[in-house]
Amino acid sequence: MTALLTIIILVFISVAIWQMVKIFDLAQAKSDNSQVATDKDNTLNAYLMMGFLAFIYIITIVCFVKWGDLPLMSNSASEHGPTIDNLMIISMIIIFITQTITQFLLHYFAFKYKGEKGKKALFFADNNKLEAIWTIIPVIVLAGLIIYGLNTWINIMGVDESDDPLVVELYAQQFNWKARYAGADNTLGKANVRLIDIDRANILGLDEADPNAQDDIITTELHLPVGKPVLFKMRSQDVLHSAYMPHFRAQMNCVPGMITQFGFTPTKTTAEMRQTPEIVEKVANINNIRIEKSKKLIAEGGEALDRYEFDYLLLCNKICGKSHYNMQMKIIVETQEEYDAWLKEQKEFKNSLVN
Amino acid sequence: MSAHEDTHAHDAHDDHGHHHKETFVTKYIFSQDHKMIAKQYLITGTIMGVIGVLMSMMFRMQIAWPEEPNVLFEALLGKWAPEGVMDADIYLALVTIHGTIMVFFVLTAGLSGTFSNLLIPLQIGARDMASGFLNMVSYWLFFLSSVIMIISLFVEAGPAAAGWTIYPPLSALPMAQGGSGMGMTLWLVAMAIFIASSLLGSLNYVVTVINLRTKGMSMTRLPLTIWAFFVTAIIGIISFPVLLSAALLLIMDRSFGTSFFLSDIFIQGEVLHYQGGSPVLFEHLFWFLGHPEVYIVILPAMGLVSEIMASNSRKPIFGYRAMIASILAIAFLSTIVWGHHMFISGMNPFLGSVFTFTTLLIAIPSAVKAFNWITTLWKGNLQMNPAMLFSIGFVSTFITGGLTGIILGDSALDINVHDTYFVVAHFHLVMGISALYGMFAGIYHWYPKMFGRMLNKNLGYIHFWITAVCAYGVFFPMHFIGMAGLPRRYYTNSNFPLFDDLANVNVIITIFALIGGVVQIIYLYNFFSSIFYGKKATQNPWESTTLEWTTPVEHIHGNWPGEIPHVYRWAYDYSKPGHDVDFVPQNIPLKEGEEELQH
Repeated sequence: MTALLTIIILVFISVAIWQMVKIFDLAQAKSDNSQVATDKDNTLNAYLMMGFLAFIYIITIVCFVKWGDLPLMSNSASEHGPTIDNLMIISMIIIFITQTITQFLLHYFAFKYKGEKGKKALFFADNNKLEAIWTIIPVIVLAGLIIYGLNTWINIMGVDESDDPLVVELYAQQFNWKARYAGADNTLGKANVRLIDIDRANILGLDEADPNAQDDIITTELHLPVGKPVLFKMRSQDVLHSAYMPHFRAQMNCVPGMITQFGFTPTKTTAEMRQTPEIVEKVANINNIRIEKSKKLIAEGGEALDRYEFDYLLLCNKICGKSHYNMQMKIIVETQEEYDAWLKEQKEFKNSLVN
Repeated sequence: MSAHEDTHAHDAHDDHGHHHKETFVTKYIFSQDHKMIAKQYLITGTIMGVIGVLMSMMFRMQIAWPEEPNVLFEALLGKWAPEGVMDADIYLALVTIHGTIMVFFVLTAGLSGTFSNLLIPLQIGARDMASGFLNMVSYWLFFLSSVIMIISLFVEAGPAAAGWTIYPPLSALPMAQGGSGMGMTLWLVAMAIFIASSLLGSLNYVVTVINLRTKGMSMTRLPLTIWAFFVTAIIGIISFPVLLSAALLLIMDRSFGTSFFLSDIFIQGEVLHYQGGSPVLFEHLFWFLGHPEVYIVILPAMGLVSEIMASNSRKPIFGYRAMIASILAIAFLSTIVWGHHMFISGMNPFLGSVFTFTTLLIAIPSAVKAFNWITTLWKGNLQMNPAMLFSIGFVSTFITGGLTGIILGDSALDINVHDTYFVVAHFHLVMGISALYGMFAGIYHWYPKMFGRMLNKNLGYIHFWITAVCAYGVFFPMHFIGMAGLPRRYYTNSNFPLFDDLANVNVIITIFALIGGVVQIIYLYNFFSSIFYGKKATQNPWESTTLEWTTPVEHIHGNWPGEIPHVYRWAYDYSKPGHDVDFVPQNIPLKEGEEELQH
């Protein structure tokens, strides 16, 4: 019943707007009969063009000031992070300059050359020099960006096996993550989803006969030692997922049927990251928002929200079904000692099986 | 050369036309007349557009006020919004169908279908399309596919919800997601029919442009609209069949147990039999169409804007040949950049390097076009008709949206903004809003040609200015939540306190989106009421040079009552020195001693 009423109200609102537009339409039918722009229209819209230019500039400034602390442009927590951030900042500056100039020219010309009766436009059809200029300038700028970008990309994606990275498997399933550590041999045991045996608690499908698999460790939290290169091997058991670790400037899809990889070196422990001024400010801000929200929730008889404390996160960033929006895993970067201590407490694969 | 031979063909067609008895059905429904088919495309596209925009308004409300009861949801979504709270499955379905409808049904069929059909014969001086019958079949296949897509919204387990890119295995396995059952089957069927429709249309456009140009209409005298439609049709013919094959293979995987895209899957407690396929293969096939598709959407808009800008600036389009060259360059490059959607798909990083290179190259012809449009305005005599405003708006959003492409096209930077709201903001500005502006510009400009009446100009102004402010209000801040790392396609962000400080940005965006959506009623009113009550149009209201304005206001079969006009000059003789008026139509012979510009 409410549904029907709402639809009826919606229809009425639409009809009301329609009728208002109609009144507007009819009211001016007599005053101005021309449906082609007159000088008056040209002038008015020319001024509005300048107003719109101001609007574009203002919204740009407001966005940068209000939301421009841009977590993805500073404060990275991985070794390659700053190279991406630098490239990002350079690209942003180029974009900002180009945007400011071209939008100005566009709107200013629209203002300056507004039509007037009797005026004749300049017959200016072609100029090879100009065309050459604005072909060559983008070529040079883009060449620079391409070279810089490709260098950065190759450095990030090229995995150097010689510096003996810690190998960790990230395993995705609807709708959670698991991590698998290679154990003392630093070699992941063979695995395939066909070997999954829920009854024996072999949830990732490890090959029980493979000696390398025996000391593997499966966890629901991702712990990483600071300063040590990590090589992630990604697997998915059902649909596409994407392992997105924004603070480390890292992302790679998890594809059923194949193993993908991404490597980086964390440079800041979780504790250190919590101390950085940007994060302190961000967390304080978020907690203020949460306190405000909690007040409202309590007034409505609900429960207050927990206090937020910063943690690195692994998010799923490829649409994967109903609970895609809540597929996450906490990442903890810690000192080697803390990491070793934590790892020791975890169960090795051979001991986790149910017989 | 071909133009000479064609004049006979035209005459024959003309005779045929006169014997034709028109009934209501042949005139308005199964019409073979390109002008009527254009209107059919436009109105079907408009209806689909209204549905697509309504969907976006609903999911924007969910993003801004997550999981709050909303009577609107209860009314419109029924069982998918118990107690008025939107279900997570239907959220994904709304996002998916919104994307599908806007990209394919509105901005491909509604834009290209409308204006290619309307303008190609009129502007090249042809009596009709090369095959009126195929043209009719093309429209009706599009209509059928629209109907099937709408029907898919009402199936029991929900409409397709795997994103408009329908990556398997999510789209292939009904146990992975409710929408991947009957909803996805209908989606695939609708798209397969859509592709057939699009191919028939495109073949017709290409053949018509090559063969049916009137005497004197050489390729270098064609208006840029025709160049854009022509090249768009070629891209469509090259790339759409690949999507069809991807859709067919996906249907095979879904229904006949093949393993093209699936391998090693364990879901809901059981191992599936699929082995040896790869979802990455699907991504390649999909984006082999998917990327050219954005140029299929934007090139016609560019063509329309070029034409409207020249006409309303009372100036030739600047750099006609450079414009053609850049259309061709964009078309060529568009087919070799698809991999930039897949930098982190698990494909070889070396391939990523190649695609970064080709992708950033595409910025060059795009920049050339933008500068040429701006220079076209320089020292013009700008007539600020609504069509002109939308054209200027097009250039503005195309620049704003296009520039962020150099971030997304750069594989190293894409790692961190891939699939965040940054991408959503980028492509909505550069091909969503821009193409819509191009479409609106085209509608305001050629409405007199379509319906013989004028649109109300003041309503047009209001429509433009509110839409322009809202478009920036929605998509500009969206870049920033993307750069803060917020992934797209999240039903709610409340599980991530990390993003709590972005909630207010999302509210602002949604408010702009709602206003922007509702003001389209002004346009709809203007459009539909002017069909009946608009001021009667004159033959050439904008004083343009192209051939369509030499046809009578009342539509007739065969377009011109007498002989088809011959063409003596290019399409952009505006404000040419030595003439009293500031425009010289293409069918006016050169004066004694007048030189044709060797542009």
